[in-house]
Amino acid sequence: MAEVVVLLDLWVSPFGQRCRIALAEKGVAYEYKEEYKEEDWTNKSPLLLQSNPVHKKVPVLIHDGKPVCESLIIVQYIYEVWSDGAPLLPADPYARAQARFWGDFVDKKIYECGTRLWKLKGEAQQEAKKELIEILKLLQAELGDKKYFGGDAFGYVDIALVPFCAWFYTYKACGGLSVEAEVPKLAAWGRRCMERESVAKTLYDPLKVYEFVCHLKKKYGIE
Amino acid sequence: MADVKLIGSPLSPYVLRAILALSLKKVEYELLEEKFGEKSELLLKSNPIYKKIPVLIHHDRPICESAVIVEYIDEVWPESGFGAILPADAYHRALHRFWTYYVDDKWFPSLVAIGKAETEEAKAEAVERVRAGLLLLEEAFVKLSEGKAFFGGDRVAFLDVMFGCFVNWIVAAEELVSVELLDEATVPALHGWAVRFREHEAVKEVMPDSGRVLGFLKILQAKWKADAAAAKKKL
Repeated sequence: MAEVVVLLDLWVSPFGQRCRIALAEKGVAYEYKEEYKEEDWTNKSPLLLQSNPVHKKVPVLIHDGKPVCESLIIVQYIYEVWSDGAPLLPADPYARAQARFWGDFVDKKIYECGTRLWKLKGEAQQEAKKELIEILKLLQAELGDKKYFGGDAFGYVDIALVPFCAWFYTYKACGGLSVEAEVPKLAAWGRRCMERESVAKTLYDPLKVYEFVCHLKKKYGIE
Repeated sequence: MADVKLIGSPLSPYVLRAILALSLKKVEYELLEEKFGEKSELLLKSNPIYKKIPVLIHHDRPICESAVIVEYIDEVWPESGFGAILPADAYHRALHRFWTYYVDDKWFPSLVAIGKAETEEAKAEAVERVRAGLLLLEEAFVKLSEGKAFFGGDRVAFLDVMFGCFVNWIVAAEELVSVELLDEATVPALHGWAVRFREHEAVKEVMPDSGRVLGFLKILQAKWKADAAAAKKKL
């Protein structure tokens, strides 16, 4: 029985990229649908509004007509449905709890703080820079000397965090934060992840992300 | 085996989630109550990142964040007590998790906003947001329960726990500001669910009554007022 899988997304969205990476890791065939044509955030397709009426945001995974929303929930769903092959989370319940905790930490902290870093200026930007460095240091400490956050296996926390690697250039150019200098082990982890086909094929060139951010700043008159 | 400790107070709805899960599983544990306004050494050591309750400590290892704790409890004691908390089916799990995220990210903050509101206008706005959220949750309940008693159908499941922890907070908020929120006329299905949830054997044993919650809410409200005044002085 052929399954129909559709992903409503935005090319640059790190949240959408989490889902794309998970689908690629599992070798699931799907139809990709780009939302917000011409960067008009009000240009939401009827399918998006119908599939995510509560938040009206991407990404949304639609599996045989059933929508799943929220990127980390989508990632868990993908691994639970297409359960062959490498698991998303470790087998041990305590290790799983740690992975969920850190995935949630990434979710709560990186995007919000990173956005303040590239959007704001002056003292507020310096504050955001300090905070983001602290956040990245905590993550680096959690990674330790492991190959991935999941140990030898690429997993939940790796997927949650890796799309933000394409934003490191923007953090440097806009906010003077050098990930390489501040958290070299984390930067190395990012490069290791890029050796995976699922990640390499999903993440955009950091320069393209920076271009997008500059374009956004101009559009909203932030300079 | 009785090597389970929980840091927190049942007056915190987030802590109550863990208490409900442990009650559903009939797992014995020691409750280490934090004094309001103070953070113990153990809490700071066990949750250095957020320094917040609840923290579950199992075999001397801490687990933080209420959703993580409840999923952990479900995985460590899968068959105990009333059985599985997370639904068996992947799609239902996704929906329970989605609505939990909605409750935490959007709905509960709007309930808190009622208590923090400094003007009648702000209060009315917050009340409307809470009511709008309850209408969404009413719809979700109808879909997920499929005509049965709980979000989990015949059984209390993840979303029952993650949203049910607020039922007496809603009653207390209704009393605090004299408005109706979870009333039978506008949200009949949720209203019925709340009554049944409170009556569940594993819930009624551990849920603090709305009187206690109201007392706590009044203390919180005074603290918010004081914090707001202090913040204004700084400007």
